[in-house]
Amino acid sequence: MTAAPATASKRRRGGSSTAHGARNRARGPRQSIMSRSAAMLIMGVFTLYFLTPIWWLLTTSTKTGGEITSTAPLWFTADSAETFLANLGRLFTYGDGLFGRWLLNSALYAGVGALIGTIIAAMCGYALAKYEFRGREAIFNIVLSGVLVPATALALPLFLIFSRVELTNTMWAVFLPSLVSPFGVYLARIYAAASVPGELLEAARLDGSGEIRTFFTVSTRLMAPALVTIFLFQFVAIWNNFFLPLIMLRDQALFPVTLGLYAWNSQISQIPELRSLVIVGALVSILPLIIAFLALQRFWSSGLGAGGVK
Amino acid sequence: MSVLSTPAEVPQGAPVTRRTRSSKAQRRAVALFVAPFGILFLAFYAIPIVYAVVQSLLTVEREGTFGAPRQVFGGFVQYQQVFQNTAFWESVGRVLLFGVVQVPIMLGLALLFALLLDSPLLKGKKFFRLAFFAPYAVPGVIAAIMWGFLYSPSLSPFGAVTSNVDLLGADLVLWAIANIVTWVYVGYNMLIIYSSLLAIPTEIYEAARLDGASNLQIAWRIKIPLVIPAIILTAVFSIIGTLQLLAEPQTLRSFSSAINSTFTPNLAVYTTASVPNYNLAAAFSVVLALATFILSFVFLKSTQRKVTQ
Repeated sequence: MTAAPATASKRRRGGSSTAHGARNRARGPRQSIMSRSAAMLIMGVFTLYFLTPIWWLLTTSTKTGGEITSTAPLWFTADSAETFLANLGRLFTYGDGLFGRWLLNSALYAGVGALIGTIIAAMCGYALAKYEFRGREAIFNIVLSGVLVPATALALPLFLIFSRVELTNTMWAVFLPSLVSPFGVYLARIYAAASVPGELLEAARLDGSGEIRTFFTVSTRLMAPALVTIFLFQFVAIWNNFFLPLIMLRDQALFPVTLGLYAWNSQISQIPELRSLVIVGALVSILPLIIAFLALQRFWSSGLGAGGVK
Repeated sequence: MSVLSTPAEVPQGAPVTRRTRSSKAQRRAVALFVAPFGILFLAFYAIPIVYAVVQSLLTVEREGTFGAPRQVFGGFVQYQQVFQNTAFWESVGRVLLFGVVQVPIMLGLALLFALLLDSPLLKGKKFFRLAFFAPYAVPGVIAAIMWGFLYSPSLSPFGAVTSNVDLLGADLVLWAIANIVTWVYVGYNMLIIYSSLLAIPTEIYEAARLDGASNLQIAWRIKIPLVIPAIILTAVFSIIGTLQLLAEPQTLRSFSSAINSTFTPNLAVYTTASVPNYNLAAAFSVVLALATFILSFVFLKSTQRKVTQ
């Protein structure tokens, strides 16, 4: 498996504009306009499909419970800003600031978990790519089968094991299993093989740099875009994980934000005021991920495809 | 650390000793690199799997009606129960039907969008890429809550549709869930395919264009065959995801009474574990994990053969 996605895409983008120009001159303008409009139309329609639910979430968070049904559904009201702030205030004060707690928990589970998980996966994948040692293929095959074992299939046995050592309903029960990402190791191996030249490691060895130090000072820098991609994947996987916290946690104060909103949502029929809190809470909970994706875009958009390039 | 203190200056005439010494350092480094993941993998992947198998082979026995429950070895008693459990197999059939319809639609759309992004026909590619990918940042639970409101007859902005068509009724709720899953994952799959399109060297197209190939022919004859590995990867992950459906149906249960407690295999696992009947739930988990593994493995093998042919 070889992959050098970043350089390939750059080369591609540099060369593409001239190719397009040549093509347009070769073709009649009419057909070109027609297929252009068809393409734009398809993409336009689906943009509406993808963004309307998020837009609805945004506009609805600026309404009071009664206004949700009585006002124009996909637009703001006259006092949207005030209502939105009031909703936010209620969201963060309801149940002694439970929602803020959930956000912090999610940040801890997903942020710290993905950070440690990425370092661990990177070390293992790097060793698999860059060193010859006995059992290397065996370890890699075990990791690969781990990729095919779905995490949800592990939730129940993990629960049984954690209840044996009486650690269910603690943060550890969600945090520790989240650190393991076989897919991360798989990606790290591919990236390390593609981006860390063996000659460089030899040179570092001749300079007297230890293996561990070389990894942390030289190799991780070369693998940086890949590490961001692995981090994001694992962050999303932990942030979205539902079965594990659902089965492990009873104490609401330990919930990640998804499980918390799920719990509120299932109580709406008894406590109708929760409805607008669920909607505002949903908006607030997806913002960190959208911001993280936008901020780290240049890393993942080049690194994402490497797993599929063979 | 002793690894760092390996002498930098080695006498020139002794390459053999240097190699053995450095390979010892390398072995130690490998052990240090692999150990953290290895230990965690063992503790939270391998042992749980073994433990689930062990649990699924046990059964609870009571002495009399009120005797203390006791776990004893029961052989394949739980698996007999699994195979006789019609609700479980109905749920398996349901997610298989779901996968057969939803996965091709989702990947077809993802491929179409990726090809359009890669074609010279579009303007504002960066915007489309982000807009289509944005739903991936929405967790399954939140997506289900949003769409649950959008589907509901009273709250939906599309009330004209949702008050006439019962999207949350028994007939359509499976496809309502399919829409949610598609909405979340199309953009993600699109990006995977798109990145592998970007990795194709342009020279290939130049040659085809000189031969008079149209955009459509280039897409069909050159681009699609070259991104098949990426499509296979997305298909495997989609198959795994489909069999594991849980968050979306479980969340939608508060919007729809048509989703029962054994709607998907994982819901059946959760419901059985809440009884609690851990041994049967463990057997469900083992069967489900095996089925997932076999299905994705067979899919990988059969497609690989086709690709190399």
